[in-house]
Amino acid sequence: MFVLLLGFVGIQFFPTSQNQSNTIPKTDFILVNDVPKQVERIITTSCYDCHSNNTDYPWYNKVQPVAWFLEDHVTHGKEELNFNEWADYSNRRKNSKLKSIISQIENGEMPLWSYTLIHREAKLLEDERNTVLDWVSKLKDSL
Amino acid sequence: MKKANVKTGILAIVMIALTATSCKDKKKEQEGQEGHHTEQMEEGGHMDGTMEDHSQMDHGDMPHNEMTMLSSDIVTDYLALKNALASDDQDGAAMAGERLESSLKSFNSSKFTSNQQAELNEIIEDATEHAEHIAKSEIGHQREHFDVLSKDVIDFLAITGSDRTLYQAYCPMYNNNKGAQWLSATKEIKNPYYGAKMLSCGSVQKEIN
Repeated sequence: MFVLLLGFVGIQFFPTSQNQSNTIPKTDFILVNDVPKQVERIITTSCYDCHSNNTDYPWYNKVQPVAWFLEDHVTHGKEELNFNEWADYSNRRKNSKLKSIISQIENGEMPLWSYTLIHREAKLLEDERNTVLDWVSKLKDSL
Repeated sequence: MKKANVKTGILAIVMIALTATSCKDKKKEQEGQEGHHTEQMEEGGHMDGTMEDHSQMDHGDMPHNEMTMLSSDIVTDYLALKNALASDDQDGAAMAGERLESSLKSFNSSKFTSNQQAELNEIIEDATEHAEHIAKSEIGHQREHFDVLSKDVIDFLAITGSDRTLYQAYCPMYNNNKGAQWLSATKEIKNPYYGAKMLSCGSVQKEIN
């Protein structure tokens, strides 16, 4: 028990790099697309924490090993899709990303349930879901 | 009230820890498969072997044939993937996806014009991502990615040409009736989007030589 406690205290001294940035790059999805206010609010709240260069960290990110898991999630999330780099994607890739966004939201796979468990406000209500899906589908068709 | 909050907080942390761990396990599995994959490639002489054999058959300097040889591995791996999906074989599709990923990455575009290279590289970038996902997803997801991947490969071959005759087929039902295409080495329809459920759904749109 004591060893466990010691280990827990010990790992608190391993910091993780924070995914935070004050500048919004010119290539950002919301900047380059004419995103309606409501859609902007929804995707900023429900997607940007893991899919942009700026995470709004929760208090428990100060505790290890949680910070490691979150770091892993954010890294992987940005690899898949980084809204801040949107304009750098080729049209072909944009099309693929939008298709995946639609199918992930439709199937309820995104936002991740482990994320919405704590970020209750990030959970998509049915009308929010439809609003986002409608708009993203239109954007995809316009490519 | 506050106590309850702390409790849900702790519960949440445990949950996250659990999901994150399961992600890790998945990664390990993939690594295992990768190891297997290399072995297979060596056995089959997949990469270099086929290239050499064919160039010997062509007796040298026919530029068109040489060009089409470059995409030969991509076509082979794509067709293996298509066949696995048509047989509802998730593991086979995952393995073919992994192989396709590596042949896409090792494609040499230097013989093409700079415009073509730019286009080819965009296609490769996109297709590689789909192949990666196919290598680690369940079959429903694999098919979703295969839909876009097929479009990529069709556009790719429009530039590089194909070393063998292919048939472009179309299933009008997939994707909420938006339809989806695929390529096959035979005229016979074996639908990779539905497998046994609707194996013969679809029709040949055109022949690619």
